[in-house]
Amino acid sequence: MNFFNDAWPAIALTLKLAGLSSGMLLIIATPIAWWLSQTSSVWRKPIAALITLPLVLPPTVLGFYILVMLGPQGWLGGLTQSLGLGVLSFSFTGLLIGSLIFSLPFAVQPIQYAFEAMGKRPLEVAATLRASPVDAFFSVALPLAKPGLLTATVLSFAHTIGEFGVVLMIGGNIPGQTRVVSTQIYGYVESMAYEQAHLLSAVMLLFSFLVLLALGQLKSRHDKVLT
Amino acid sequence: MTWRLDLIRRLQRNFALALMMLLSACVHASGLQVAVASNFSGPMKIIAAVFEKESGHKLRLAFGATGQFYAQIRNGAPFAVLLAADDETPQRLIRDGHAVEDSAFTYATGRLVLWSKKPGFVDSKGEILKSDAFARLAIANPKLAPYGAAAIETLSKLGLLERIAPKLVEASNIAQAFQFVASENAALGFVAMSQVFENGVLKEGSAWIVPNTLHAPIHQNAVLLNPGKNDPTALALINFLKTESAKSMIRSFGYHL
Repeated sequence: MNFFNDAWPAIALTLKLAGLSSGMLLIIATPIAWWLSQTSSVWRKPIAALITLPLVLPPTVLGFYILVMLGPQGWLGGLTQSLGLGVLSFSFTGLLIGSLIFSLPFAVQPIQYAFEAMGKRPLEVAATLRASPVDAFFSVALPLAKPGLLTATVLSFAHTIGEFGVVLMIGGNIPGQTRVVSTQIYGYVESMAYEQAHLLSAVMLLFSFLVLLALGQLKSRHDKVLT
Repeated sequence: MTWRLDLIRRLQRNFALALMMLLSACVHASGLQVAVASNFSGPMKIIAAVFEKESGHKLRLAFGATGQFYAQIRNGAPFAVLLAADDETPQRLIRDGHAVEDSAFTYATGRLVLWSKKPGFVDSKGEILKSDAFARLAIANPKLAPYGAAAIETLSKLGLLERIAPKLVEASNIAQAFQFVASENAALGFVAMSQVFENGVLKEGSAWIVPNTLHAPIHQNAVLLNPGKNDPTALALINFLKTESAKSMIRSFGYHL
């Protein structure tokens, strides 16, 4: 069926993008969130504001600047060109970079709040029990911040699935590479293929709902274990 | 007892204020809504300025892809006049009952241009298309923008479509296609002549004006839409577009008439 030929690559691409960005963001965001929660440096507030920026900026502004940055005149584009990698715009990698920037605050903030909610006490107790800072981080802080990590994963995954403005600016609508579900639905609506638009939207609605339900279940089970 | 009078006076004042604000909002919102195809944004801004000065009427221009406007108009968008980038969309709107019969006319005939920001990159015969010197070619979405459809037609007439297809990057409209090339994210792109030529001279970069034998002519038609049916401003604008002074302005941007 023609719909599945068009829609399936878009769905697969969207899931790949969302999965990769939320996974990578977990690794990138955790140290940043840890630093923000523990430090008393004068850089804390400016860096926190910088990280929150993608939350506030319109996605089209973000997409526009990412496009400029990735182009041969931009600093990242210049770097990739000199390394012989060409430009990253209109590629999956370019979209991934866009997603990482776009969803960064959604990953950093929940984890940061989870670390802050923990307070200094557990770490102090761990220190009295001879745990090194690294050991304390992995065996005390991280497990206690699990709900925050879960929230961060869910939020960045969901946010990337819904990403539209950024993709529209830097994607180029290449099937299999940068044509994600949101731009596919947009394309259907624009060309008056309302039936396909309904179908694809319904599929994504159902999928997102089930994912969030499942993750909610995981969270409540985790909370039960703690009490 | 006086508090009652105070209350009434305050209510009256607030009501008057609210009414004034509403009225001023209405006054501000007046101004004929005109939908203009992206490729014509340059000329239209100048034409609108001249029209506003000469007639005293105000215009509110919206730029975008013709296909986009078609969908919006069909769903009740309040545009009074549409300046499309093709001749099919105005016909379809008349057929669907959203536009006034017999009001469509050609306001410009567009030319497709292969453009690059780098001077000396595009040769005068378009041979660059056969080479491997470029990684990406930007076009407007052929389903929504007539210039995009003309680009695809040109490539397939040249027998290069299959070869270049993996390098194609689709922009949502011709303005975005231009932006991709202007920011050098795409080394080449098919844009409208009016976007890169001014008074017959190329503004920057290098270009190949695609011969009109390679694609169906891009007759750009304007049409009076239902919201503008009896609007004197809409009718005045349509008449203005047919005058010689408007036509010479349009020609200076590289359109044919």
